[in-house]
Amino acid sequence: MKAGIVLFPGINRERDMAIALERTSGHAPRMVWHTETDLAGLDLLVLPGGFSYGDYLRCGAMAAQSPVMRAVRDHAARGGYVLGVCNGFQILTEAGLLPGALLRNAGLRFISADCHLRVERADTVFAARYQRGAVFRAPMAHGDGNYFADEETLDRLEDEGLVAFRYATPAGKVLPEANRNGSARNIAGIYAPNLRVLGLMPHPEDLVDPLMGGEDGKPLFEALAAA
Amino acid sequence: MKATVTVMLKPGVLDPQGKAIGHALATLGFAGVGEVRAGKVIELELKESDPARARAVAEEMARKLLANTVIESFRVAVEGA
Repeated sequence: MKAGIVLFPGINRERDMAIALERTSGHAPRMVWHTETDLAGLDLLVLPGGFSYGDYLRCGAMAAQSPVMRAVRDHAARGGYVLGVCNGFQILTEAGLLPGALLRNAGLRFISADCHLRVERADTVFAARYQRGAVFRAPMAHGDGNYFADEETLDRLEDEGLVAFRYATPAGKVLPEANRNGSARNIAGIYAPNLRVLGLMPHPEDLVDPLMGGEDGKPLFEALAAA
Repeated sequence: MKATVTVMLKPGVLDPQGKAIGHALATLGFAGVGEVRAGKVIELELKESDPARARAVAEEMARKLLANTVIESFRVAVEGA
């Protein structure tokens, strides 16, 4: 799968993302600047983490209006793969590619800590190398990761199986104490209805090498590389 | 013509910032403060002299960018209207 990483001013996690993609696929991803509009030839577009446009107005609000996002929308509409991590997830919600919004963490503090994610379904291109119900560790680093959607939207996400990952204990229990940012129903990541757009707050790309402290995130990128 | 857009989190959307401000006010000894909600105010200088049109364009701006209507509501005030 040919991957491109979309860069907005203020994004700072593109290098980790590039390492994760290159290490698992053997190919360096193309770096796509926010003014570009021709994304032909790319199968996967990744919106990495950071602080696009300084988080002005709302996290991801400015990036969602940039020229490249029209091309990202077209790509998604054609059934192309999109992965948004952290600020990338916020941008996808602001752009309307995923429902809901990411609010300020319930405890008001920026959280920089590992969390554990329970895999809610494994029959997607992103999660194919995990088992359903498996738990993997992922670092999180965000101030606004508190997933919010109205009850009707949350019910629809559940009914249609669009919850990708939930914050859980290391043993896989979805409990309030595992939900440090206060997300609705412990939701850490969601899919679009075609299961080809994934947004999540934690950073699987930060655990793809023993030198980083683990390889918990590697299966996600291996699965994408193999797709 | 100046338009002012006030953006607030919708009722029911947790406002931890407002809560923290409320706690700080209590710490300062201000008694009798109920719920505190925090929002933002955006002032727009518009090249438009018709108040109705100024309001319409400010509302469109609010829907498209200034507010995220998933979580926020907004109101527009136009100077002299």
